[in-house]
Amino acid sequence: MHGTRILEEADRLMTVCNSCRYCEGLCAVFPAMEMRRSFSDGDLNYLANLCHSCGACYTDCQFSPPHEYNVNVPQNLAIARAESYAAYAWPRAFSGLFARNGLAISVIAALSVAAFIFGFAAFNDHQVLYGIHTGPGAFYRLMPHNAMALLFGAALLYAIIALTMGVRAFWRDIGEPVGGRVDAGSLFQAMRDAGELRYLDGGGVGCFNEDDHPTDRRKIYHHLTFYGFGLCFAATVVGTLYHYLLAREAPYAWWDLPVVLGTLGGIGLLIGPVGLLTEKWKRDPVLVDQARMGMDVAFIAMLFLTALTGIALLLLRDSAAMGPLLALHLGVVFALFVTMPYGKFVHGIYRYVALVRYARERQMMAHGAAAK
Amino acid sequence: MVDLAQKFDVLVIGGGNAALCAAISARRSGASVLVLEGAPKFYRGGNTRHTRNMRCAHDAATEILTGPYTEQEFWDDLLRVTGGQTDEELARHMIRESKDILGWVVEQGVRWQPSLGGTLSLGRTNSFFLGGGRAMLNALYLTAEQIGIAIAYDAEVTDLRIEDGMFLSATLKQPIGGATEIRAATLVAAAGGFEANIEWLKQYWGEAADNFLIRGTPYNRGSILKTLLAKGVQEVGDPTQCHAVAIDARAPKFDGGIITRHDSVVFGIVVNKHAQRFYDEGEDIWPKRYAIWGRLVAAQPDQIAYIIFDSTVLNSFMPTLFPPIKADSIAELAGKFELDAAVLEKTVTEFNAAVRPGTFDHTILDDCRTEGLTPPKTHWARKIETPPYYAYPVRPGITFTYLGTRVNKQARMVMKDGKPSANMFAAGEIMAGNVLGKGYAAGIGMTIGSVFGRIAGREAAQNARN
Repeated sequence: MHGTRILEEADRLMTVCNSCRYCEGLCAVFPAMEMRRSFSDGDLNYLANLCHSCGACYTDCQFSPPHEYNVNVPQNLAIARAESYAAYAWPRAFSGLFARNGLAISVIAALSVAAFIFGFAAFNDHQVLYGIHTGPGAFYRLMPHNAMALLFGAALLYAIIALTMGVRAFWRDIGEPVGGRVDAGSLFQAMRDAGELRYLDGGGVGCFNEDDHPTDRRKIYHHLTFYGFGLCFAATVVGTLYHYLLAREAPYAWWDLPVVLGTLGGIGLLIGPVGLLTEKWKRDPVLVDQARMGMDVAFIAMLFLTALTGIALLLLRDSAAMGPLLALHLGVVFALFVTMPYGKFVHGIYRYVALVRYARERQMMAHGAAAK
Repeated sequence: MVDLAQKFDVLVIGGGNAALCAAISARRSGASVLVLEGAPKFYRGGNTRHTRNMRCAHDAATEILTGPYTEQEFWDDLLRVTGGQTDEELARHMIRESKDILGWVVEQGVRWQPSLGGTLSLGRTNSFFLGGGRAMLNALYLTAEQIGIAIAYDAEVTDLRIEDGMFLSATLKQPIGGATEIRAATLVAAAGGFEANIEWLKQYWGEAADNFLIRGTPYNRGSILKTLLAKGVQEVGDPTQCHAVAIDARAPKFDGGIITRHDSVVFGIVVNKHAQRFYDEGEDIWPKRYAIWGRLVAAQPDQIAYIIFDSTVLNSFMPTLFPPIKADSIAELAGKFELDAAVLEKTVTEFNAAVRPGTFDHTILDDCRTEGLTPPKTHWARKIETPPYYAYPVRPGITFTYLGTRVNKQARMVMKDGKPSANMFAAGEIMAGNVLGKGYAAGIGMTIGSVFGRIAGREAAQNARN
């Protein structure tokens, strides 16, 4: 007996798949499945988060619909995965944010942007808000650096705490001891697997999207998004270090490291999400969790808006639009930070954790085989 | 959609491995090719959908094969499983060509993987399709589309116009793009056997055939085979025989696929509907026993049997699609299948009493056996005495039939008078009986399909040019 209807179905599917095993060469899900004969809720949530939704097992399956066995692993695991995000959310009271995630994220983003605009207007007089500011410290005439660092530091800290608590719940649920040491090898292996999106490739040919012609587009757009996000984050970190360690204040010249990182990242973060969204709209509905479309779109939109407002700020920072754009950009980034634990962002965290678990299991199996 | 009113160089009837290899090989030889698949798109490919690997000869280990498998060794294996019911010249030709097939199918987009869980015993001889048979088919179809082969689904052929061993045209059941009569310079028949045609099976098996389950596609009704034989093509293979394994009685009538199979026979006993044992469950190792239990069950009343074992061996074999039926006592277990409880208890008690001590090892013919029991269990015999008890109901699952069209080394059909047909070729299950007159070796059906498909396509293309 399982906690939800969708996990009941996941159990049925894994029982079918475990007696077939033709897909074992496609990704990590099926080898992980083969290490088990029965499946707890935690096992199924682990497999769900291990799945990268490439769709190959659906296209390759002789039992997918209209066959009476009705085997549709990608869609079932997509739904199970989304439900697991809500189940592991911390604090529990906020798990409802996953139910109508698109709406929730939109409202939070709008409120956040409004708060920054209102705050800028309330704390600055009209001339400062629409004034032209250049040179070091220009941004901080609108909002003091320490206030900015404190607010965003707090938002990020909260996100990290909430995510950590979610990961703890997930880790415990999939049967790993909390507090136990995880070997560096597994962490590194999972980092490589995640970094390469090793399992988002249909076993080598690419993902299945709108039809049975495999393509690498989703992988490429995801790389642009992920590494774009990483570069933007790196830009922020470098800027903060400049400020506190070198006493060099933003805005920086176009050739300076934070701007170069931010611009490159921003470009990735503009193209990547647009591509992902396009692919998402084209994707065969049979492969996806349609009820969760809002969650996916909201996160993609937030990343896109972060990049768009950031780039706009860079281009127009010497004009009178700088004040309102800064408020807009900070509002979007703040909303992105505080909603990280309650939106699609968590997919990366749980999938990484699942990959760590998988690396550990593989290692244990290898040791077990060697011992025999 | 391609104009089907035009005359094609090569018409391929069928849509599985053999058909696609023939179509691709003909197209790559420069021919215009039309593939008529009788099934809808999802069910395209006949039994290839359910396959997983191919047996090819190779002189050295490869990335995915653990060691060499020489032509001679392949031949020895074939000779053993067929008991000599094979055409040596044709078989040796196929085995020689199979060496080249390993690389050729990869050029057509098929991908290999090393053999993994549960199939390691085939790691040296058989190459596994990454993602299984349907993935293999998908790759072949993608290639076929890319190189300009015309493909029609739901295109059932009801008749063939053949005059003096010469193919003229094929008649479609329903018109496609306005065409019902398809003309082509040559024909490649790759439309499978007749295992899904229960009425035809009944000719040889009587009413028992109603209790057979068909493991693969419901579309292999043998209509092309029947038409060809009726129009002068020489037949090959025993028409009364089919390959059958024991599969779960709860499986669907058609297309239950690989996951309905059972191989727990060795871990328990097998009884019929009268709760009596009827054959030595420990006679032989996989895969030989895999291939005999289908016919054994087919010979039992109502074509049903029950594999009975206890809790000590529950996790000793691959997980199954249908869970075993569980009971706390043998009598209760009997009740769940309407078996006579007293008889089943007696059968189990007598079996247990006859079991001699030994060291169990299911990977070899071990020394666990019964003494003074008829029929005996000559290996792997251990007492069934630890509740709960379990049972799987099993029925014969028909895999394929042996009857086919005779062909020569060019995959060209041979007519009843012994002359080769002017323009008709055959590949795959429809001609498998030429090399596989009896028995089975894992992956050999795919070898026959790919090798003869490739030959048939090449020869047909050349034939069309002349």
